[in-house]
Amino acid sequence: MDVMPKWVDIIVVPLFSLFLAAALSALLILAIGESPIAALNLMIEGTLFRSAGWGYMLYYTTNFIFTGLAVSVAFHAALFNIGGEGQAMIGGLGVALVCLFIPWPHWTLAIVGASIGAALFGMIWAGLPAYLQAKRGSHIVITTIMFNFIAAGVLNFFLVDVLKPAGSMDPASANFPASTHLPTFQDIAGIIGFEKAFRSAPANVSFFIALFACLATWYLIWRTPLGYEIRALGKSGPAARYAGVRPVKIIMIAMMISGALCGMMAINTTQGESERLILNFTEGAGFIGIAVALMGRSHPVGVLLAALLFGFLYQGGAELALWTKIPRELIVVIQALVILFTGALSLMVRAPLERFFISIQRARV
Amino acid sequence: MTIKPAIELRGISKSFGPVEANKDITIRVMPGTIHGIIGENGAGKSTLMSILYGFYRADSGEIFVDGKKISIPDSQAAIGVGIGMVFQHFKLVENFTVLENIVLGAESGALLSPSLNKARAELAALASEYELNVDPDSIIEDIGVGMQQRIEILKALYRKANILILDEPTGVLTPAEADQLFRILKRLREEGKTIILITHKLREIMDITDTVSVMRQGEMTATLETNETSPENLAELMVGRKVLLRVDKTPAKPKNPVLEIEDLNMFDDFGVQRLKNVNLSVRAGEILGIAGVAGNGQSELLEVLGGYQKADGTVKVKGSEIDLTTSVNGDGQARRAQGIAHVPEDRQREGLIMDFMAWENSVFGYHREKSNQANRFFMDNNAIRRETEGKMHRFDVRPPNPKLTAKNFSGGNQQKIVLAREIERDPDLLLVGQPTRGVDIGAIEFIHQQIVALRDRGKAILLISVELDEILSLSDKIAVMFDGKIMGERLPSETNEKELGLLMAGVAEQVAQ
Amino acid sequence: MIDFLTLLQVLDSSLRLATPLLLVCLAGLFSERAGIFDIGLEGKLLAAAFVSAAFAAITGSVWMGLLAGIFASILLSLLHGLASITLRGDQIISGVAINFLAAGLTVVAAQDLFGQGGRTPPLKSGGRFEPLSFPWASSSKEMSEAGPLMQLYSELLSGHSLLVYVALLTVPLSWFVLYKTRFGLRLRAVGENPAAVDTAGISVVGLRYAAVVIGGILCGIAGAYIATSLQANFTKDMSAGRGFIALAALIFAKWRPWYALAACLLFGFFFAVDNRFQNILLPAWSLSCILGVISIALLSYVWRKDYLDKVVLGGLALGVAVIAFMVVNSVWTTGITSQVKIPVVFIQSLPYVLTVVVLAGFVGRAIPPKAGGQPYVKER
Repeated sequence: MDVMPKWVDIIVVPLFSLFLAAALSALLILAIGESPIAALNLMIEGTLFRSAGWGYMLYYTTNFIFTGLAVSVAFHAALFNIGGEGQAMIGGLGVALVCLFIPWPHWTLAIVGASIGAALFGMIWAGLPAYLQAKRGSHIVITTIMFNFIAAGVLNFFLVDVLKPAGSMDPASANFPASTHLPTFQDIAGIIGFEKAFRSAPANVSFFIALFACLATWYLIWRTPLGYEIRALGKSGPAARYAGVRPVKIIMIAMMISGALCGMMAINTTQGESERLILNFTEGAGFIGIAVALMGRSHPVGVLLAALLFGFLYQGGAELALWTKIPRELIVVIQALVILFTGALSLMVRAPLERFFISIQRARV
Repeated sequence: MTIKPAIELRGISKSFGPVEANKDITIRVMPGTIHGIIGENGAGKSTLMSILYGFYRADSGEIFVDGKKISIPDSQAAIGVGIGMVFQHFKLVENFTVLENIVLGAESGALLSPSLNKARAELAALASEYELNVDPDSIIEDIGVGMQQRIEILKALYRKANILILDEPTGVLTPAEADQLFRILKRLREEGKTIILITHKLREIMDITDTVSVMRQGEMTATLETNETSPENLAELMVGRKVLLRVDKTPAKPKNPVLEIEDLNMFDDFGVQRLKNVNLSVRAGEILGIAGVAGNGQSELLEVLGGYQKADGTVKVKGSEIDLTTSVNGDGQARRAQGIAHVPEDRQREGLIMDFMAWENSVFGYHREKSNQANRFFMDNNAIRRETEGKMHRFDVRPPNPKLTAKNFSGGNQQKIVLAREIERDPDLLLVGQPTRGVDIGAIEFIHQQIVALRDRGKAILLISVELDEILSLSDKIAVMFDGKIMGERLPSETNEKELGLLMAGVAEQVAQ
Repeated sequence: MIDFLTLLQVLDSSLRLATPLLLVCLAGLFSERAGIFDIGLEGKLLAAAFVSAAFAAITGSVWMGLLAGIFASILLSLLHGLASITLRGDQIISGVAINFLAAGLTVVAAQDLFGQGGRTPPLKSGGRFEPLSFPWASSSKEMSEAGPLMQLYSELLSGHSLLVYVALLTVPLSWFVLYKTRFGLRLRAVGENPAAVDTAGISVVGLRYAAVVIGGILCGIAGAYIATSLQANFTKDMSAGRGFIALAALIFAKWRPWYALAACLLFGFFFAVDNRFQNILLPAWSLSCILGVISIALLSYVWRKDYLDKVVLGGLALGVAVIAFMVVNSVWTTGITSQVKIPVVFIQSLPYVLTVVVLAGFVGRAIPPKAGGQPYVKER
């Protein structure tokens, strides 16, 4: 039975979880000997009061939208895709191959090609664990973890033994040709006459692709028969079988969409920012996708909001590390707490709220 | 009165959220007797016994064992006062041996081997005392359900239980196995054990119990001496008013065959043959009822016809053969397109997505059909919602709100949502499994009427039910299944419960006649 | 060919590297045998490594460090227990959260305490577990002159940290506890069918907490080992995925203690080989033969399978065949008997690849405890 109104479930519960995470983080900042209020001020000023801050924040947000959506789509099919990190790495490889070996005349074409490359590679990398789950019953959590490590090995191999330009010591590919470089927010602002805005910030046009991905995912999950089948399988396997939904097919498709979304993160980091393929470009974004999806309750709008929040935290965390003795890893702690409260300890968060609403209902009767 | 009751419950109440499962229950069971507790599904029988076994704690009330007031906070306490329970779903560790299962929780020390040796000796003693022979070293997953139940009983006896509670023990047994169980129970009564038998089957109560209590909607409506009552009387007490045993219907006017099944064979994932040379035919305007004890292939037959199990053989619908070989988990939508609708046996597991809203459930299985699509890519959710509201009114679903999630409806209303979806498709063939399981009495009548009305529109219906009464009152023709085989076909007017019971037990046709 | 002493040195290093894997693997074994999935092994290992290094650095006593590390690991275990046993939350999510919590908190705390960029200062003697030298063992200087048996004794058996021997002893101990005691019977039962345990009057919650706490202790020892024996300080993310490799080893070992020892030693051997040899050379013909056989085996397996199998496994076979072709192609001018370099990352990835193969069930199917990953809810 539903005890609480839907809006409580959708809005109050995540906010309450966030509040708990923030409160514990504030205690941690106090323990370090800094002021939580000052820290928050610094984060807000450094992120929201400067256009460059926005430029960094939206750069991170773009990554988190992709990985958050990826984890959400898998969640809808009751699959836990913990392999976003590996899928993004392989997606990056796809981007690099497309950008390096196809002579693109213009970035508008290159971004289409790179998106396809990234999505395809991510899709293949998610497809193998999906196949093993669907046909062989291998637990997808474990296989995707293993595939993260294997992906790191593959990326390493390509960077050290294949793509590294002769004479270079750095495990990285050659720089992509200029015709593949994506316009950053600074370039866009420059066109409309604000040369000074978003200076040297990495946010670029792939942010808009991420927004489009949100919209497309929403339509996919809530409006198409395929999305209906993904949700049906996620809620009840036996019922899906009864309704003629093929589990093998849906597991494959859901995971491959998930992998494609993770892979597409690389157009932001690899084509948009570093403009060459480097090691560790994912920076844990695949894992942050889990927090984003949980916080956003696997809904594209929620994912967008949660991705903005985490973008803010990542940029704010960098500001903190720059100006105070609070290290960047504080953000990792906050992220852990958000996952903990929205995911694993959700009953602890919900129980008091449920009790509160039951007492209200009783009072009305 | 010098003999104290073995068990006495006074004023037991228990609520789960807003649901009152037990209301002020009082009951006395004398030692050395078999006491039956009968009631419909959801009447609160299992909850009451779970309280007695320390699985749940009562909100209020008192428990007396052998005249002493005690509290039972957990199962350990229940075991301590000599209560043992055999659950409907056995609580055995499947990859352990019989011996390990018996010892689990009743070990004699921190090291295992002395416990096992002691149990082995004691098991031999128990086996000879109660004629309960088992092989202590076999693995649970290798032995049959009847044997597993025996191990559950031995588990209780090994823990020195004097009071044995059995929850719906015959649900998974064949009639022969059930008879054997009852012989064991009588033997236990002779040895002075007290037995509480929970069931919803009147016949079992009449056959074996000394006294009987009737429960209805969480309340204890009566406690009687079994030999002073009758099945009709008990049935009335169970449902609260005179039951309509007959469904109003005119004689069938069967036309051409719609479903023809020839030599249907099916093996499950473990290689066990579940259907053996099944031959059946259902004609338009006819209800074919399939009777049988649960687990004799009826579910598999529905799954094969519904398109989510592979099988060998020939199945024709309206003359055209359907493909049984290629489907790996999913020709359900193709079957629906061929005019087969399916009300599955378990609506909460299969028929509905409990977290989906009513309107989403109302196209479940038909969600890819043209009528539900707005265009090539998207579903027409608004139209589906409007359509659902109409269906809910026509099928008297309460409340008729398409945006409510399925889990918020009662069992009967959930079943009506499924039925509305399948019947309003106007199928040529309707497969129905356990249409009234866990459904309140008012809804049962409505559901039966809808099924008969579909028949009268000239459609073919294949009905599967473990309730013999339902089969007898709804069917125009009855087939009996046992061990994956069709044991025989009968007309309801020319047969009786006894004959069907023999067929259900696998007794060959010639003997039955 | 490599000489005997080099082989011994590699095995010696395998043992050192296998030790933390083994402890963490057995930690996972207790937890998963009780029905609690533990993705958070990595986090516990890391947290224990930091806390033990920090305490050892501050107090100067390695024993204080060990105790503190165990304590920290148990705390995280209890958090996992709270989430997955008491509050019936998602065990995977809880594990993920614990990994992040440890990754973040260790660096924040290390930076705050020592201000060395998320590291602890190097541990002095007393703050470290020193190698135990067995009696009569040769020192490393005289090693090359000693006889093979003496080399075996001195190089491989002697000269490890106390915790290495502790880890090795944990294997028979775990086996004994699991299969020969009342506690073990109940633990295994609760991972298979918690309802059976509950109706037998034993506390499911108590058993599962006991299991995760045992896991916490073992992870704690492992963490102390990597920070005070394998290395002599804590560095950021020093667990380096060992928790996940241990998880892989656990699956590889099919949730059994002795198999776990074998799996961890094998994985440890891979790492030792990886550390010791920069270039692994194999004759081109043998490599392409191996690859060819894998490819043909895959192809013949999918021959009669359905469409999806053909696409996925056929694609895989094609990929392997392409690599085999590239190997042949690369030695075309120098002849098929010349040697090719195996990339080191291949050796590094081998444990994960092997685990996936085992999980896929193509070789020796791994069946996890039946109730694993699901919170226990009483039902009738």
